[in-house]
Amino acid sequence: MSNAHRSTVSMILALAGALCIQMTGCASSKSQILASEESQVKLRAMQTRAFDTTDRTKLLRTVMATLQDLGFVVDTADETLGTVTGTKLDGYALRMTVTVRPRGDTQQLVRASAQYNLAAVQEPEPYQQFFASLSKAMFLTAQQVD
Amino acid sequence: MKRWTFLVGAVGFAIALGGCQQRIPRNALAMTAESLEKRQLQTRKFSTSDESKLLTAAVGLTQDLGFTIESTQSKLGLITGSKQRDATDGGQVAGAIFVALLTGVATPVDQDQTIRLSIVTFPAGNQTALRATFQRMVRNTHGQTTRLELIQDPEIYQQFFEKLSKAVFLEAQKI
Repeated sequence: MSNAHRSTVSMILALAGALCIQMTGCASSKSQILASEESQVKLRAMQTRAFDTTDRTKLLRTVMATLQDLGFVVDTADETLGTVTGTKLDGYALRMTVTVRPRGDTQQLVRASAQYNLAAVQEPEPYQQFFASLSKAMFLTAQQVD
Repeated sequence: MKRWTFLVGAVGFAIALGGCQQRIPRNALAMTAESLEKRQLQTRKFSTSDESKLLTAAVGLTQDLGFTIESTQSKLGLITGSKQRDATDGGQVAGAIFVALLTGVATPVDQDQTIRLSIVTFPAGNQTALRATFQRMVRNTHGQTTRLELIQDPEIYQQFFEKLSKAVFLEAQKI
């Protein structure tokens, strides 16, 4: 094999390899069903904050108001289970579910999880921004939970 | 030549990674200077402390406007609804015909849209505040989504609240 020939072959191989990665990079589409890329502990920590309040209804209502402030349309809410879901459309689709549950006798745990277009939001910053808005609206500090 | 091979591989790898990753825009979940403006545009206060009466009037208006109610949660003061409607734009169709005549290529035009509405009420002293938000998704003749947006036109909200005031009045008068 000549030198030129060999490099052409290796170029084709490299391209084919890249294509393979492209195909398998997203893995089988069924693997998405129970997939979570970040570690569960890390994810929970970045998505959860504790608030010093016993007024769950007020907290849920404030979550809804905060979502509206951020440009979301509230899709559903359930007082018994403490869930609120909303969708933001702004050239993209951002869906978010926020849950509120009691923690001890004096606190409520708020967890937010978001999906941006076709991917889970797993960076800390968007959640920090959300909780900053929520704590401002609640006049309460959002406390990190370990 | 080796460098070329490496470069091609690197570009391919970047494509492979890019294909899976989508990053949320910065500040998508942050309050902005416009947040307050939008809140004022989308909110009105009604001189009643009877939240469920206001919600009932809002349900009536939602139906008047042709929305299907998707969910309600009276304890939290929420109504959501949606409707599917035509989204054909005369100007856009004319443009597409013009392009088709010139090039022989049919360009897709907007065809239908889903409009979503959520109404949230909350007690404000002896008044009740109500915030409405509309958004829509527009699809074209190829079934592709062409628009995903929050409705921000002041006239739409003004008209909505005018109608709501009427509905509240009718509700109060039991008509």
